[in-house]
Amino acid sequence: MPLVDKLVSSFLAFELDIDIQSPVHNIRTNAIKSFEKLGFPNKKLEAWKYTSLNKVLKEDYTLFSKKKNVLDFNKVKDFFLDNTESYKLVFVDGFFDSFLSQTSHDKADVCIMSAALSKTKYASVIKKHFNKSIEKSDSLSQLNTAFSKEGAYVRIPKNIILEKPIEIIHFATGNESALMLQPRNLIVIDEGAQVEIVESHQSLTDNPIFTNSVSEIFVAKNAHLDYYKIQNDRLTSTLIDNTYISQQRDSNAKIHTFSFGGKLTRNNLNYYQKGSHINSTMKGITIIDDKQLVDHHTLVDHANPNCESHQDYKGIYSGSSTGVFNGKIVVDKIAQKTNAFQKNNNILLTDKSTINSKPQLEIFADDVKCSHGCTIGQLDQDAMFYLRARGIPKKEAEALLTYAFANNVLESVNISALKSKIKKIIANKLGVKLGFDL
Amino acid sequence: MLTIDNLHVSVDGKPILNGINLDVRAGEVHAIMGPNGSGKSTLSSVIAGNEAYEVTKGDIIYQNENIIELAPEERANKGIFLSFQYPVEIPGITVTNFIKTAINSNLRARNEKEMPANKMLKKIREKAELLEIDSRFLSRSLNEGFSGGEKKRNEIFQMAMLEPSLSILDETDSGLDIDALKVVANGVNKLKNKDNAVILITHYQRLLDYIVPDYVHVLHEGKIVKSGGKELAHELEEKGYDWIK
Repeated sequence: MPLVDKLVSSFLAFELDIDIQSPVHNIRTNAIKSFEKLGFPNKKLEAWKYTSLNKVLKEDYTLFSKKKNVLDFNKVKDFFLDNTESYKLVFVDGFFDSFLSQTSHDKADVCIMSAALSKTKYASVIKKHFNKSIEKSDSLSQLNTAFSKEGAYVRIPKNIILEKPIEIIHFATGNESALMLQPRNLIVIDEGAQVEIVESHQSLTDNPIFTNSVSEIFVAKNAHLDYYKIQNDRLTSTLIDNTYISQQRDSNAKIHTFSFGGKLTRNNLNYYQKGSHINSTMKGITIIDDKQLVDHHTLVDHANPNCESHQDYKGIYSGSSTGVFNGKIVVDKIAQKTNAFQKNNNILLTDKSTINSKPQLEIFADDVKCSHGCTIGQLDQDAMFYLRARGIPKKEAEALLTYAFANNVLESVNISALKSKIKKIIANKLGVKLGFDL
Repeated sequence: MLTIDNLHVSVDGKPILNGINLDVRAGEVHAIMGPNGSGKSTLSSVIAGNEAYEVTKGDIIYQNENIIELAPEERANKGIFLSFQYPVEIPGITVTNFIKTAINSNLRARNEKEMPANKMLKKIREKAELLEIDSRFLSRSLNEGFSGGEKKRNEIFQMAMLEPSLSILDETDSGLDIDALKVVANGVNKLKNKDNAVILITHYQRLLDYIVPDYVHVLHEGKIVKSGGKELAHELEEKGYDWIK
């Protein structure tokens, strides 16, 4: 049975398992109808021109893992931040793992969607925010909404600065021969509040995993978000990450996306500016090899005056890997004095690697500063010679230059344990042992 | 130590060096002078193994081994050092980390143990002092935002750390004011001993007042057209290069 049909027919089974009296359930029902109409995106759609889901959709996925697996912390501790106190929201095969997690209701709510969707104390937040920022024509987001049940729920109340970062990790144990996961996260940051979040999806075996994740993030007036996505999964994993960020005036939202792993990774990162003097920052480092594909689709909707957006994506491609960068910036006609900057720099290390880079600017205001720049090149041969002439082997020299190339994105990572973790992943990824800790 | 025999080199099919012969023995300092475009920098790059240049004819024998086919890092591992005319900027890698990487790469290539951290630190401090380099400078990104003088001083610092047998200093004097030139020259002189050799590539005689060569060679249109003692440099300074052509 094609996956679309399987999903649509499983919706009935899904309903047996959840509270269909909940007001959210209407939203789910409408969403499955939309998905049924839209189907999975295909290459005929402009936004999916370079990325085909065909192969991914051919697997026979289990849609709901039956068994709740228990993970031994020692076996997975490397996936957490080293020596860093943090809140932890850990999910295993789609289920919340209370042993590995560290939730909180003290200063802020750091807990789970299944609770938020069912308990009355969260009803007003859910009513106000749940599914409010989703792009209705996006079938994958609709699909996620239809099956929305579990994921991270974070709410930071007014003027609270959360000192410890929140780690959100979705593990897949390989319990099923192929598994589809659809985590749904809701993050609400109230006025003047501040939070750092690190999110990753990690498969623990080589069984195929297809994750279709949706995160809705609301950043209120004067609030501050620092969000890091680590995509360093196995070559049998596919991730579609749909992230929607709505920002109110004077807020600041930064998302770093580190894409190193996975068979296919698609990031749909959408920013909606709902007030003035908003700062939106997107940065990314992509380093891939083999037949991997990483596709970054960003959207910044500048709908108000005096706002800024900054995009800086670096990509290093080897093997026969493929990168896609599509950065859409829309500047509404009332959004005067907008500053929108976009940079996408790429290095192709092999003849067979590809990057498709496309800026897409739609500007309807006349007093704005918008710039975009894209470069595609090889490693600087003079620099290579310089390093090698000091006795550094070619491979290490390549790694050092790659690191130097991506350095300015790493510089803005504020959690030191995360920074060194990413440096380690980069060194690993480049297959080198350097004479010092990157 | 180094014998260059009838060396011909081209870039993109265009001949740059047209039959260079040169003999450098341990303990010697050779200066190679010549006008712009005579092939000085090409010669230094080719000895260090830059793959952008094609050797069409001739041999480079270093310590009794023909090194023409060796990669740049293999030549470095064997003790050849090139001080670059234009050192490359590498953001995010500090001077200290870079030199550590270079030293340990060379040790590994020679099947020796990596240098222990405390020994490394001591050596870095010692050599930085020799070249009057501030310790803050060592934690800056390699060559990034360095002044011309700082870049050159950093090159000689690397030379001091790596202790090569054969050092080629390509236009090390350019961009240096007289005080910096003295510091750099003093560093080179202190590193000089009977077992190593130095090739100075320079346009001007000025540097040779501070690092006194045993031999001076004049390069013109890819050939050594005249060789002599240190007095040849003074003669060139007085008469210019036209006299030699």
